[in-house]
Amino acid sequence: MSVEATPQLIGSSGDSLREAFGKALVTVAPQYPELVVLDADIAGGTGVHHFRKARPERFLQFGIAEQNMMAAAGGLAAVGLLPVVTTFAVFCLRAIEQARLSIAYAKRNVKIVASHPGLDVGPDGGSAQALEDIAAFRAIPGMTVISPADPIEMALATKAVLDFDGPVYMRTGRSPATRIFAENHRFDIGKGQIVAEGTDVTIVACGVEVARALQAAQILKREGIGARVVNMATIKPIDVELLARCAEETGAIVTAEDHNIYGGLGGAVAEALAKTRPAAIEFVGLADRFGESGEPAELAEHCGIGAASIAAAARRVLVRKTPPRTILAA
Amino acid sequence: MNAALSLRSTRSTHDPKLLEKLATAAYAIRSVAIAAIYHAGSGHPGGALSVADILAVLYGAEMNIWPERLGDPDRDRFVLSKGHAAPALYATGAHFGFCTADEALSLRKLGSRFQGHPHVSDLPWVETSTGSLAQGFSVALGMALGLKLKKSSARVYVVLGDGELQEGEVWEAAMCAAHHKVDNLVAIVDYNKLQSDDTNANIMGLEPLAAKFRAFGWQVIETDGHDLDAILSALEEAYEVTGRPSLLLAHTVKGKGVRSMENIPHWHGSVKLTREQAEQALAQLGVPHAEFTRWLDVR
Repeated sequence: MSVEATPQLIGSSGDSLREAFGKALVTVAPQYPELVVLDADIAGGTGVHHFRKARPERFLQFGIAEQNMMAAAGGLAAVGLLPVVTTFAVFCLRAIEQARLSIAYAKRNVKIVASHPGLDVGPDGGSAQALEDIAAFRAIPGMTVISPADPIEMALATKAVLDFDGPVYMRTGRSPATRIFAENHRFDIGKGQIVAEGTDVTIVACGVEVARALQAAQILKREGIGARVVNMATIKPIDVELLARCAEETGAIVTAEDHNIYGGLGGAVAEALAKTRPAAIEFVGLADRFGESGEPAELAEHCGIGAASIAAAARRVLVRKTPPRTILAA
Repeated sequence: MNAALSLRSTRSTHDPKLLEKLATAAYAIRSVAIAAIYHAGSGHPGGALSVADILAVLYGAEMNIWPERLGDPDRDRFVLSKGHAAPALYATGAHFGFCTADEALSLRKLGSRFQGHPHVSDLPWVETSTGSLAQGFSVALGMALGLKLKKSSARVYVVLGDGELQEGEVWEAAMCAAHHKVDNLVAIVDYNKLQSDDTNANIMGLEPLAAKFRAFGWQVIETDGHDLDAILSALEEAYEVTGRPSLLLAHTVKGKGVRSMENIPHWHGSVKLTREQAEQALAQLGVPHAEFTRWLDVR
């Protein structure tokens, strides 16, 4: 077992995941001659304004019409281009049937990169905060679903998804992201990573919740609870092997995501463990509710996905951890 | 436009041998489509019959595509956006050598690659998967944009149903194609005036349709969608258009060629044909009785 990442919070870089994505796209563009970037009039919001400036001839404007953009990406891929569709996560939901038929069903190599997922959107409020996208895109056959945790990982994931052959749905993020990883960080599609060690409980997180999970681990450490933190950047296909090992070694799992508790990372983890090494699980996410306006950090606390909520979930799952037979014997 | 329409349909500018070849193709498309729907026990005959002449001209004369060219990046592309007319597309493929007639007759059966709606992973020559209206139009636009980016001279042809135009995505694509001056894209509307439940006019009126597409920046060419000579001329006119996409408003008759089905909305939907109905349809198409066994007996 290797701990690939630095198990500490480097602090805010001031850089958001969307900015990291947009800049990475410019950096790697020369390696992908077939790359085209599709936008629906929110390049400044998704980070691809960097690409528009650097490679205007490969930047395709679709106007505020996401359904047409999504299906047209399937057509661009059909003639050999490498399309990256960019819009807000909530508008990916609007165009999900196009992603289903004209991209996934047709087996097109299209990358869908969604900014502004979850409560991380902040003040724009509930209408803009997509809390259902991971569940929805995860249910599409053949769709890979990724949610990187920090700007370093975002840049690595950007290159990784372009190298990957097949449709991908990848979340970025709106707000300044906490730096977690060092420059030598490694990202592999389909691989989770242990980013903090512990033997009492495992917190499995993705996206902005990885930083909060690390904060929760520090809170728990002060209480004498050793929490392992796993960065599960690929939600589909999920790293079953790592999950089973963590369930075996720690016996209790907490999932943490900026998403509805139904169908997202928590669902994926529960499905994987139910078939391999069942363990007690607590789910941190939006409790089947919409978001609202507020700053991301205060919203996270208010809606139950902050570090304190993750720590509380860990305490709850520890109570349930003991195997039933032992309880009966006691 | 009606003056131009009648003018075009009264003159013949094309080689009679070509027109005969296309008429033979259209006849084969209609016959095999009816037989396939009969064997499948379900399928949409009305729209398959109305689009047959358009498909015959596209595959028989207009497009730069034949089976041995399937892997050529510079081949023309065809997208059947009204995917429910799949039986007609499969019959077209059978006639022009992309598949066999027997394969086309496996329509809608378990294990068949000839699904109820075209699927590109099963059949590469259908170019994309359709069946959810409007998406094929956007995919065709993406192909045309991409081919221009790749400096290819290939053209993209997409057939839409008229009811399909009620989808908002159609107008997103229409706006986008004109904005980007995608003049290698030709959209053809199979304008048979009927949709699933009733006439277009009663369900959700489309008129003035030509004016709508013109207002969206398209070159609109109206034609009789059953006059092979007129369809050829309209496509030639579209070929000369630069700086904007072209739309052929092809006036058609739903169920064309089978008198008992013509202009009756019931035959739009997925229906089961009895042996008697299938024989009647083939007879009305002009298929000799001696051939009924070949097309309709248990396979």
